[in-house]
Amino acid sequence: MDWSKIIWAVLLGAMILFLWPRAKHMLKDSPKAEQGDWQAVLLPIAFVVGFVILLIMMV
Amino acid sequence: MNRIDITATRSSESVLSTNKLIKNTYILLSMTLLFSAITATASVFLAVPGWTYMASLIGAIVLIWFVLPRTANSSAGLGVIFGITGLMGFGLGPILNAYLSMANGPQIVGTAMAGTGIIFLGLSGYALTSKRDFSFMGGFLMAGLLVVFIAILAGLFINLPALHLAISAVVIMLMSGFILYDTSRMVHGGETNYIMATIGLYLNIYNLFVHLLALLGALSGDD
Repeated sequence: MDWSKIIWAVLLGAMILFLWPRAKHMLKDSPKAEQGDWQAVLLPIAFVVGFVILLIMMV
Repeated sequence: MNRIDITATRSSESVLSTNKLIKNTYILLSMTLLFSAITATASVFLAVPGWTYMASLIGAIVLIWFVLPRTANSSAGLGVIFGITGLMGFGLGPILNAYLSMANGPQIVGTAMAGTGIIFLGLSGYALTSKRDFSFMGGFLMAGLLVVFIAILAGLFINLPALHLAISAVVIMLMSGFILYDTSRMVHGGETNYIMATIGLYLNIYNLFVHLLALLGALSGDD
């Protein structure tokens, strides 16, 4: 096996272990979304998706 | 001074400190991006070997995890953030060289850079002007990031090009969400340190660029 894959795997494993408690804390303690909050996110994300598709068609 | 005066003074102080934070963050972000571009250009011209990407990233992660949190409240933090962004820019050399060697490589790299800039300015401008609080996204984004790390880990051992494309597409959407989230945190007082705010936005831009480049490179007309 390629040695670089092993180093990447160790690095990713360390990142997952490092982020795990933070993600758990954030999932538990993040404020809950109110009505209309997710629409305010999905609209710009939809623009990003459309823009990326446009860029792919350009190259 | 009565209660209304005190509240008005505190409120205007809070607006002033938020504006100062936003201004300092964007100035530092511009400078770190420029520094990153300089180190990336240097590593392209030096034609550094492929392992440089991994070595630079490991160095940058060590600085982000162990050094930056201890220095972010002092002037030493500025040196650390330039160290991180310089290393990350230098690590891009082998990736950029691989794409630049393709027939339409310069066009792909240029499009990825311009696309990243437009997406960042659009999303950050939206979060700043709408004044919406996107803090509710925190848990969702962190969970998404963990899933992406697990998928990347699996992708190391499963050679499935579609998986790599899917990961890049998801990372682009996740980083877009993080740009909204991090910008909103500055506006709503979730982040009060401009060095920490800068590194958050810098990492969003960096990952957005790398994965947009991967997506454009894989799906471009040049086969």
